Amino acid sequence: MATGFATEVLPAARGHARFVLRRPGLLLSLVMFALVLLAALFPGLFTDDDPLVGTPREKLRGPSAEHLFGTDQLGRDLFTRVVHASSLSLRATFVAVAVALVVGGLLGLVSGFFGGWLDDVVMRVVDVLQAIPRLLLSLALVSALGFGTTKVAIAVGVASVAGFARVMRAEVLRVRSSVYVEAARASGVRSGGILARHVLPNASGPVLVMAALEFGIAILSVSALSFLGFGAPPPTPEWGVLVADGRNFVATAWWLTTFPGLVIAATVLSANRISRALDGERRQDR
Amino acid sequence: MRRYLVRRLLQAVVVLWAAFTVSFIVLFLLPGDSLSIKLGGLEGTATREQIDAVRGANGLDDPIHVQYAHALGDALTGDLGTSAQTGAPVAGTIVDALPQTLQLTGVAMVLAVLGGGGVALAATFTRLRALRQVLLSLPAIGISMPGFWVGLLLVQVVSFQWGLLPAMGNEGWESVVLPALTLALPAGAMVAQVLAKSMTTALAEPYVETARAKGAGRVRIHLRHALRNASLPALTLAAVVSGNVLVESVVVETVFSRAGIGRLTAAAVDNQDVAMVQGVVLLAALVFVLVALVVDLLYPVLDPRVGRAV
Repeated sequence: MATGFATEVLPAARGHARFVLRRPGLLLSLVMFALVLLAALFPGLFTDDDPLVGTPREKLRGPSAEHLFGTDQLGRDLFTRVVHASSLSLRATFVAVAVALVVGGLLGLVSGFFGGWLDDVVMRVVDVLQAIPRLLLSLALVSALGFGTTKVAIAVGVASVAGFARVMRAEVLRVRSSVYVEAARASGVRSGGILARHVLPNASGPVLVMAALEFGIAILSVSALSFLGFGAPPPTPEWGVLVADGRNFVATAWWLTTFPGLVIAATVLSANRISRALDGERRQDR
Repeated sequence: MRRYLVRRLLQAVVVLWAAFTVSFIVLFLLPGDSLSIKLGGLEGTATREQIDAVRGANGLDDPIHVQYAHALGDALTGDLGTSAQTGAPVAGTIVDALPQTLQLTGVAMVLAVLGGGGVALAATFTRLRALRQVLLSLPAIGISMPGFWVGLLLVQVVSFQWGLLPAMGNEGWESVVLPALTLALPAGAMVAQVLAKSMTTALAEPYVETARAKGAGRVRIHLRHALRNASLPALTLAAVVSGNVLVESVVVETVFSRAGIGRLTAAAVDNQDVAMVQGVVLLAALVFVLVALVVDLLYPVLDPRVGRAV
């Protein structure tokens, strides 16, 4: 590589660092998000305790140096439970975003590229889906699919498909009429090749940014559904479930609902802040 | 104008029909039909023949397009089937629960418009950069808060620590305040976001410059000139926001143990009572379509330029 590390990669990285350092909120969001990701992947880094086994003697203790977030009615350390819950909750969020991105993106791609009656049908379905609030759509899907973290994640993802399909379609329509696609077509490249080599890479920018924006929404939907009791069955820690468990002690043990909820809110805030930065950068690129 | 009205009404009917069809496909064609769930407890005691008899009586053995035609015909006459949990008609149950939820969501919408509008106006009016920054960051925070958590925090502080308002139930106006505030937070954040953006756009328009040149005060420019034009884009959001508020009531009514559509929905999903879930989906689509229709009809009244184009 003649362009080299020192002349291109380094200045770009320095530019990114300066961009972040000038924005303390963004920096804080990146740190918070990195911590949550680490907690999800390596819970052992943060705590040695068992999220499922408590010390009954120490039940319902308030926050202290020993138990950062206090303990629950069975004497389990709440911080440990929140750390372990992040793995299940984040996994569900990733699944939801992936489902929305892949299914919605493909629908939009096919619909925009081939046009005709297929496009009409897909877009009319998208219209209807957008007339039903997403949370309700995922509730309906959950009542059809059944309960559990994965099913909740799929339901949340499918409920967001419409927006992705619409954005992808608009982008495909823009790219389809561009000169390089016409050139590829004129030189005899088949539809499949054009779709995969030219249209998909050039049209996927906006849906990828949308996926980042979707992240915060998906965390909220997944945790709302698990708060309502449609996610993981009881002893397994999940963010929404932790808040629901603490609900019975809301008058006596404030920490049981406050801390897990605070972690959810902080994660959503960071995810939203980061995706807004990504969105802004994309606009500047144009 | 009349042709426009007829066309819009037709569109509304098509969306409702499509919502019915989509929910029928999702709820009745996916594995696990409601009756086998209802009979789930009986599997041990009921004989194969008895189960088949009940299936036959409920038309579950008919081909799917026959079932669909039956359901659609019934829905057109206002019959949305019977609830698998209670055996009561779905339409009646929803109508009975509706007033409680309409009261709650109505108060929430008023709070959202006042609060969100207030924040947006203050943010665009103030000359203090720091204050503007703080006000403009409020909506992003409001949208990131899980509703169930906000509700529980309010219960903790207002009901238990201060002993001010009831933590649960449907009794009296006091019981509406906290759930309505909880619902209003994300809705108000959305209003504030959109209004702040359109106010900024409106304030950069030439007519603002003209008004300023003619010596109009800042308050007059903001309220009489900019706000009137800026509130139109915010109005188009009304259908989405009211649909969201209606559905958020599933979470909020659960947190505050209030009776209403939200609790009904949560219980229906919990029991996989598909007829009831479909009823709520249709209700949400109806609300969306009605609000969108009203906004579309109001638009030419509020903005004469649109009226002439129709």
